[in-house]
Amino acid sequence: MPGEIIILLGVNHKNTPVEIREQIAVSGGYEEPLAALKHMAGLREYYLLSTCNRVELLLVADPGADIEDKIINFLFGDRIPRAHANRYLYLLYGQEAVHHLFMVAASLDSMVVGEAQILGQLKEAYRHAAHFGCTGPLLNKLLHKSFSVAKRVRTETAIGSSAVSISYAAVQLAKKIFGNLKDKKVLLIGAGEMAELAAEHLVGQGVGEVIVANRTLARAVDLAKRFRGKAVSMGELGAQLESVDIIISSTGAKEIILHKDEVKSVMRARMNSPLFFIDIAVPRDLDPRLSEIDNVYLYDIDDLSNAVEINKSERDKEAVMAGRIVDEETLKFQRWYQGVAVTPTIQALKEKLDDIAFGELERTLVRMPRMDDVERKTLTKMVEAMVAKILHDPLMYIKSESCAGRDNSDLKVTIVRELFGLTKDEDGK
Amino acid sequence: MKELTFLLFQAILGISFIASAAYLVYFISQNKQIRKIARIIMVVSGILQTLYIILRFVLAGHMPITSQHEAVFFFAWATTWAYLSFRWRYSVKNFGTFVSALIFCLIVISSFSEKNIDTLLPALQSVWLPIHGGVSLIAYGFLSLAFCGGLMYLLLEREIKSKKFGYFFSRFPSLDSLDQLNNHCLSAGFTFLTIGIVTGSIWARQAWGTYWQWDPKETWSLITWFIYLVQLHQRFTVGWRGKRAAVMAVIGFTAVIFTLWGVTYLLGGVHSYAR
Repeated sequence: MPGEIIILLGVNHKNTPVEIREQIAVSGGYEEPLAALKHMAGLREYYLLSTCNRVELLLVADPGADIEDKIINFLFGDRIPRAHANRYLYLLYGQEAVHHLFMVAASLDSMVVGEAQILGQLKEAYRHAAHFGCTGPLLNKLLHKSFSVAKRVRTETAIGSSAVSISYAAVQLAKKIFGNLKDKKVLLIGAGEMAELAAEHLVGQGVGEVIVANRTLARAVDLAKRFRGKAVSMGELGAQLESVDIIISSTGAKEIILHKDEVKSVMRARMNSPLFFIDIAVPRDLDPRLSEIDNVYLYDIDDLSNAVEINKSERDKEAVMAGRIVDEETLKFQRWYQGVAVTPTIQALKEKLDDIAFGELERTLVRMPRMDDVERKTLTKMVEAMVAKILHDPLMYIKSESCAGRDNSDLKVTIVRELFGLTKDEDGK
Repeated sequence: MKELTFLLFQAILGISFIASAAYLVYFISQNKQIRKIARIIMVVSGILQTLYIILRFVLAGHMPITSQHEAVFFFAWATTWAYLSFRWRYSVKNFGTFVSALIFCLIVISSFSEKNIDTLLPALQSVWLPIHGGVSLIAYGFLSLAFCGGLMYLLLEREIKSKKFGYFFSRFPSLDSLDQLNNHCLSAGFTFLTIGIVTGSIWARQAWGTYWQWDPKETWSLITWFIYLVQLHQRFTVGWRGKRAAVMAVIGFTAVIFTLWGVTYLLGGVHSYAR
C-alpha cells in the first residue's frame, strides 16, 4: 500500500467548453473506457465519472509510473493538441484530489450548487467501476467516504433544499403561466444535471412530453429515454420552438444560443402562445432580452431563487458551511490514510532491524559453542534492547504529532523509508 | 309600493357592499369558509336585484332601462348574472373579488341618479325597448367581466415579468385561465353587442324611418364594436392573446363606459334619457 499516489484528472463545465468535453473518448458509456484502462501498466485502481458537466478519472497509481501522460493521451487522443488539453484539464494529487472528489460528491462543484443528481451519478459510476473490478481497497474506501460526506453535507446544511426549491419555483411559475401542464411540452437544451431535476419535477406535475436537444445525440437519446420523450439535434431547435411550451437550457456554450430575433420570429408561427424559458447555464444560454417579447417569460437561476426568497448570501453561507464540512472530512480521510501508511512502515522497520540483529546474533552464537543458556539469553536480551533503543527515536519521529498544525506524516514516512532503505527492500521482492 | 322599491334598493346597496367586502376579506385571508359565505351573499344580491327590476317593471309597465338610474342598475344586474352564470361553469380564482367590487361601484353610481319612475316617451314605447336595451346591457355585463379579467391579467403579468412575486402572484389564477376568461367573455359580450346594435338599427327604422342616423350613441357603439371586432379577429388570425388581449379588453371597456355615460352627458342625442 505505501508508495502509491492518488491522482484525479478531469474536465468540467467550469473551465472546459462543451465542444472540448464532448471530444473526450468516454461519452459512449462506461464499459469501453474501463476495459481499455485495464491493461495500463502502473495503474492499480481507477474509476471514471462521466456526466454532462464533467469527465473525471480518479486513479491510484504506482509512483513514478508517469501514468498521467498515458491517461491524457487516452482521454484526448489526437483530437486535441496536448498544449490545448493541458489548458482545460485539471490534475490533482493526494489530498487535493480527495478534496475535489468530496466537493463533487457534495454537489459543491455543480452548475447548480446543491442539486442531488450528481451523487446518484457518482454512485452509478462507482458501481460500474466496481463491477469491472477496477477499484481496490483504497478507492472503495475513498468513494464510500465521498458518499457519506455528501450525505453529511446534505443533512447538516440547507444546500440541497435550495436546488429543490429552485425547481419547485420553476414548476410554480409554469403553473402560473400555463394553468394546466397536462398538454404542455418541455424542451431540454443540453442535458445538464439541474435540467434533469427540473424536468423531473415538471413530469411529476404531468407535463405531456419531454424533448431533449443536445450536441451529442447519443446523450440526448439516453436522457430522452428516461422521460420517455424524444431526442433531437441542436439544428432542429428552431423547428422545435414552434411546438414546445417550456424550455430549460443548460448547455455549456460560451455564447448565447438563442437570440431575441430568433424567438420573436417563432412567436408568429406559435400564434403567440406563451413560451417559458428557464436558463440554468452559466454563462447564460439565452438572450436576456427575450423577456421583452410579449408572452415570453425568461427566468434564470438567480431569478428563480429570488422568487422563492432564498437570497444569494444565504445560499453562499450554506455553501461555505458545506465547504467546511468537506475540508474537515478531507483531513479525516488523510489521517486515516496516513495511519494506514505509517503502520506498515513501523512494521517494516522493526522487521528489518530484527532481521539484522537476530541474523547477526545467530551467526555469532554459532561461533561460540561453549556458551551456556543463561549467557545466550543475556546476549539475546541485549540485542533486543539495542533494537528497541535504536527503533525508539525513528518511531517517535514518525508517530509524533504534526508540528505547527502542518501534517507532514507523508514526508516523515518517506524519510524513514529512505533512511533505512525500506523502499528498496520492497521493490526487490 | 314606491317605499318598498326604495327600501329594496337600499337593501341591495347594503348587500352588494357586504358581498364585495366579504370577497375582499377572502382575497386577503384566503380563507375558504369566507369565500363560501361571499358566494351565497352574491347569489342573494343577484336575486334581490332581479326582484327590484321586476318591481320597477310592474310599477312602470315597461322594461326599467329608460333612466340613467335604471340603465346603470340593469348594467350591474347583467354583470352579476353574467358572473354567476360564468362562475357556474368555470372557476377562476379570486375573480369574484374584482367583479363584486365593480358591481358595488355600479350600484353606488346608480344610486346617485334620479330614482323616480317616469312615463315613457312615445318613441320608446315599443317591444324593441327590452330587446335592444336589455341585450346591449347584457353585452356590457360580459364585457365588464372581460375588463376585470384583463385587469387581473395585466397585474399578474407585470409581476411575472418583473420577476418579483408580490401580493398577487399566489392569489391570482394562471395567466392562461385569465386569458381564456377574457376570450369567453369577449366572445359572449361581442355577440350580445352585435345583436344589440342590429336590433337597435331595426327599431330605429321603425321609429325614425332610418336604420342609422349617426347619433353619438350609435357612433360610439360602433366604435366600441370595432374595437372588440379587431381584438377577436386578431385573436383568431394571428393569435393576439395575453397582454395585448388584456389591454384591448381594458380599452374596449373604457369605450363601453364612454358610450354609456360620456355620450349621455357630453354629447347628447336621441339616446340621452332622463337627465
